[in-house]
Amino acid sequence: MFMPERLFCVGGLLIGLAAAPAGAAAVTEGPRLGQPASAASIAARDLSVFPDGSGLPPGQGSVETGKAVYQTRCATCHGPGGIGGSAEELIGQGRLDGPTPDKSLGNYWPYATTVFDFVRRAMPLDRPGSLDDAEVYAVTAYLLYLNRLIPADTVLTADNLPRLAMPNRNGFVCVWPEQP
Amino acid sequence: MSRDHVAAGGLLHRRLFLQQGLAAGLGAGLLPTGTVRAMTDEPWRHVPGQPFTGYGQPSPHERTVIRWISANSQAPGNGISWTPLHKLDGIITPNGLHFERHHNGVPAIDPARHTLLLHGRVKRPLTFSLDALLRYPRVSRVCFVECGGNSNAGWHEEPLQTPVGYFHGLASCSEWTGIPLAVLLDEAGVEPDAGWLIAEGADAAAMNVSIPLAKAWQDTLVALFQNGERLRPENGYPLRLILPGFEAVLHVKWLSRLQVASTPVMARNETAKYTELLPDGRARQFSFVMEAKSFITEPSPGYRMQGAGLYAISGLAWSGRGRIRQVEVSADGGKSWAEAALQEPVLPQCFTRFRLPWQWDGSPAILQSRATDETGYRQPERTTLIAERGRHGYFHYNAIVSWAVAADGSICHVYA
Repeated sequence: MFMPERLFCVGGLLIGLAAAPAGAAAVTEGPRLGQPASAASIAARDLSVFPDGSGLPPGQGSVETGKAVYQTRCATCHGPGGIGGSAEELIGQGRLDGPTPDKSLGNYWPYATTVFDFVRRAMPLDRPGSLDDAEVYAVTAYLLYLNRLIPADTVLTADNLPRLAMPNRNGFVCVWPEQP
Repeated sequence: MSRDHVAAGGLLHRRLFLQQGLAAGLGAGLLPTGTVRAMTDEPWRHVPGQPFTGYGQPSPHERTVIRWISANSQAPGNGISWTPLHKLDGIITPNGLHFERHHNGVPAIDPARHTLLLHGRVKRPLTFSLDALLRYPRVSRVCFVECGGNSNAGWHEEPLQTPVGYFHGLASCSEWTGIPLAVLLDEAGVEPDAGWLIAEGADAAAMNVSIPLAKAWQDTLVALFQNGERLRPENGYPLRLILPGFEAVLHVKWLSRLQVASTPVMARNETAKYTELLPDGRARQFSFVMEAKSFITEPSPGYRMQGAGLYAISGLAWSGRGRIRQVEVSADGGKSWAEAALQEPVLPQCFTRFRLPWQWDGSPAILQSRATDETGYRQPERTTLIAERGRHGYFHYNAIVSWAVAADGSICHVYA
């Protein structure tokens, strides 16, 4: 079938005007070959955990369980108790405005949900995705405990994790879109 | 200073190389008498050469032109490799030399099983197969990709002594070809309250970041091809994002999921990393645009000047804000400047090659370059940048780079 070259531009311009925000380039027309994605297929792939807790799975984990999981699955690289391994140190409480600031989970990360999100998607490095949700909650609890952010008897859940106020929650200045 | 000298230290007018007399003089000096006759006696003139190859490789004499790898010995897939910019010319980086940053290795993706999911705040959540994506209209864009942590040794107290590519080479430049992301967003129908797009890779780190939706609509590509061929595995095969001018962590490789959202996800790589701590303890976040940068690649540390005479200074400049408008070169540590020639094409958010002839008199000199982009932004002095940002930001270092040329012809990196 003969397709005039200009179709991509002409058709797209109309659609672009309808859907794209002001300032966006005119949208060209595509063949529209995307297949509808079912809610189940999306849920199976959606790993995002937002600061408000959306995306957190059901489940819970205690500091005590987390210590056991950590020692089995994390300590080889991160060292016993969060320091002293080949991988990044996981403990830090020092000031960020001193001459030798030490950016770490405890004193720099603005959201506790990010700890859960990152451990679930990327850790442990040699077998990412091998911890179940309860183990991820538990390891997250242990890391927050090591940083003196929660007491030793804490059980972390989808409800209390996003409500935990990290010390550096307000330490970031968004430079987009002011920059440049 | 003679008529042809436009700045101190022997910097000549940028157009002098184009003039016949100078060009002829250079050529004559480089060709020893008798060379032509000797070439006919070389063995490769008298035996058949090698047969054809399915995919060509560089000459074995160029085997030292390689990426320099720096990775965690306990986790060899977690690290970086640098583009050897000191060994390259022009503006295009060969695919095998494009810099790398992997968080947990290069995934071995079967394209027949790879799909892109587009969901979240959209009217029609969609899945795209590779076969489907390859039927979409494609566009090409030549642009740089630069890691936000490129040049970070510049923050160190002491100047790093290493070839320039292993200092500033977490930056490369390619022709990227793919589908405007706006076409796919339009097909899915973005809800009006959405402002961000969470992109995620299919690697073992499931690397994810938040992208402003405005950039996604504007000029972001879902790239399938790099410099004419399908993406290399280490550069995201079969699918990656390209966001011209934005720091490279956003150009998600092995792209498998795009989630339209009303807020950023606050991933590790946009909170704990790729944010710049300021002296007052606050940190810059979502500092996406890579600022104007330039440096001289020839001569540079690792080169040795071969006595007084005429040299062709060459270097690279780019800006995430647009085109490079001007590059100036100094041979006296910034006291005087000469305007370099910008080699065409000069494209927005793209490596730009500059050149300038230099008559070196054999005495110590300090070579510098500084770039100005089309917005008027000029690459800062190192002291200015550090006064603004402190020394613990790690990312987005773009200060003027200085090479000290000694009388013996050696070259080292200095803070000047």
